[in-house]
Amino acid sequence: MSVKSTGMVRPLPATVALYVALGILTLIILAPLAWMLLTSFKTDAGAIQQPYGLPDPWSIDAYTSLTGGQTPVFRWLLNSFAAASLQTVLILVTASMGAYALARLDFAGKRIIFGLVIVMLLVPPVIFLIPNYLIVEELGWLDTIAALTVPGAAGSFGIFFLRQFFINLPREIEEAARIDGAGEIRVFLQIVLPLVRPALATLAVISFLNNWNDFLWPVYVLLSPEHMTLQPGLSMLQGAYRTHFSIVMAGAAVASIPVLIIFAIAQRQIVESVTGAAVKG
Amino acid sequence: MTVRAYLFLAPFLAIFATFVIAPAVFGLGISVTNWSPFRARTAFVGLKNYIALFTPGSLQATQFWTAMRATGLFVVISVPLLLVIPLAVAALLNSRVRAATFFRTIFFAPYVLGVAVIGLVWGYILDTQQGILNHILRLFGLDRDIPWTVNTPWVWVSLVGVTVWWTMGLNTVIFLAGMKGISAELYEAAAIDGAGTWRSFRQVTVPGLRSVTLFVTTTTILASSNMFGQSYLLTQGGPGDETRTAIMYIADQGLSQNNMPGATAMSYVLFLILAIISVVNFRLQRDRGEESKS
Repeated sequence: MSVKSTGMVRPLPATVALYVALGILTLIILAPLAWMLLTSFKTDAGAIQQPYGLPDPWSIDAYTSLTGGQTPVFRWLLNSFAAASLQTVLILVTASMGAYALARLDFAGKRIIFGLVIVMLLVPPVIFLIPNYLIVEELGWLDTIAALTVPGAAGSFGIFFLRQFFINLPREIEEAARIDGAGEIRVFLQIVLPLVRPALATLAVISFLNNWNDFLWPVYVLLSPEHMTLQPGLSMLQGAYRTHFSIVMAGAAVASIPVLIIFAIAQRQIVESVTGAAVKG
Repeated sequence: MTVRAYLFLAPFLAIFATFVIAPAVFGLGISVTNWSPFRARTAFVGLKNYIALFTPGSLQATQFWTAMRATGLFVVISVPLLLVIPLAVAALLNSRVRAATFFRTIFFAPYVLGVAVIGLVWGYILDTQQGILNHILRLFGLDRDIPWTVNTPWVWVSLVGVTVWWTMGLNTVIFLAGMKGISAELYEAAAIDGAGTWRSFRQVTVPGLRSVTLFVTTTTILASSNMFGQSYLLTQGGPGDETRTAIMYIADQGLSQNNMPGATAMSYVLFLILAIISVVNFRLQRDRGEESKS
């Protein structure tokens, strides 16, 4: 933990005030999640009769009613993981190969392609919404995982981001390998890629979170309950169980607990990824 | 060399051309036609769809600018809060705090949940009859239920409050990372000059964060102007069209009402306005930076 020395000792009241402020903030952040969890363990009637107390009796009814039918929340969880992972892999592969060419190889048309990448970086996503819907429909991808993963992987952030890292690598590294007779693919896979592993990890975290949190696009391109991901699925759940608060909160809990656990384990990498792209990028 | 380079670029170019370049051009194309899935022949109509958006009194123009007003209002209220609160929290965490990483982790956590979870949980908390927020306020002596997600101005309080709760942590960790990059010597120098906490924050921290602040301001304006999920889930755009944002209206017109030409024209108008705001914001912050240097 970096501690800034200001050459002064903080007076006790200031210290108390500081921790009280942080404590209140922590409470504001955690209380809604605690209420979500408590409500999810109530019975349907219990949530209506005693909405503000502890569950009495404790019950997992709400969770069991989420296992099938029109609101298979556990399935949506898997779909969300599948879509976010697939899109992340797609971005890592296409962006790293493309960024390698843009940063390390000389070829005709390079400046035009890089120019397009930059321009498209500045265009807000709303521009692509309707035409991409029509393209995805034309490809027959509506209601498939392809619609959830491929268009979103086509943005230029990844290639732009990785290019900055590739361009800073010293030339000698590949030249030595080429003299030894290594082909371009081997230079890329065995020499260049391992050197930018932290950048790849950062891009992976950002890509995964973006896909995981995307809401508007899946709401419109997914149709059938079994193909839903969490984001559009939960909004359906809200409609289906409007006043069955224990079931709605159980759905929210199923959607949040796995990500919160992953976040707790990998919080340093995740926070460094989102800040790294901001502060250095 | 060129062939090899294009082999490396091929996978990226294939999806980039199909889902970025093609739609950008195709969208502009649709916006100057009367294209409809129910019409056998499509005709070129010039700027008609754009002119319709600037014709006072037409239904399309009224609804579009009502939605633009909702987006504008949300940006104007949410962006300052999403800058000031995270800056203050980051400053707290950057002073000598035990377990700063623990607090940072807690404050960032809501951001990883996704807007649907936020919508469900807060929809329940803010529910007029069943919600715990009104229950707590009643314990504190409030004698009526506040219609958090039903009536103005409460809908705006809710949408902005929920957004701050959800995304505050993102800007906080970015500011905090920026603060770690400010040299400790600057703080020592300020302390020797007799600067207290507040003055060293004003004279060392804030100037040291200039480029980070520009980044955070820009991304927060863009994120807030893209607001969709909170309104969709918490207020359904209501009451009336009060909280139906521009993105919500464009998506509804284009994807539910089959008014694709109108919706693409709207998206280009929105794009243009965002581009102007970005340039103005960039200029303002840069000028301020130069002023304080001289």
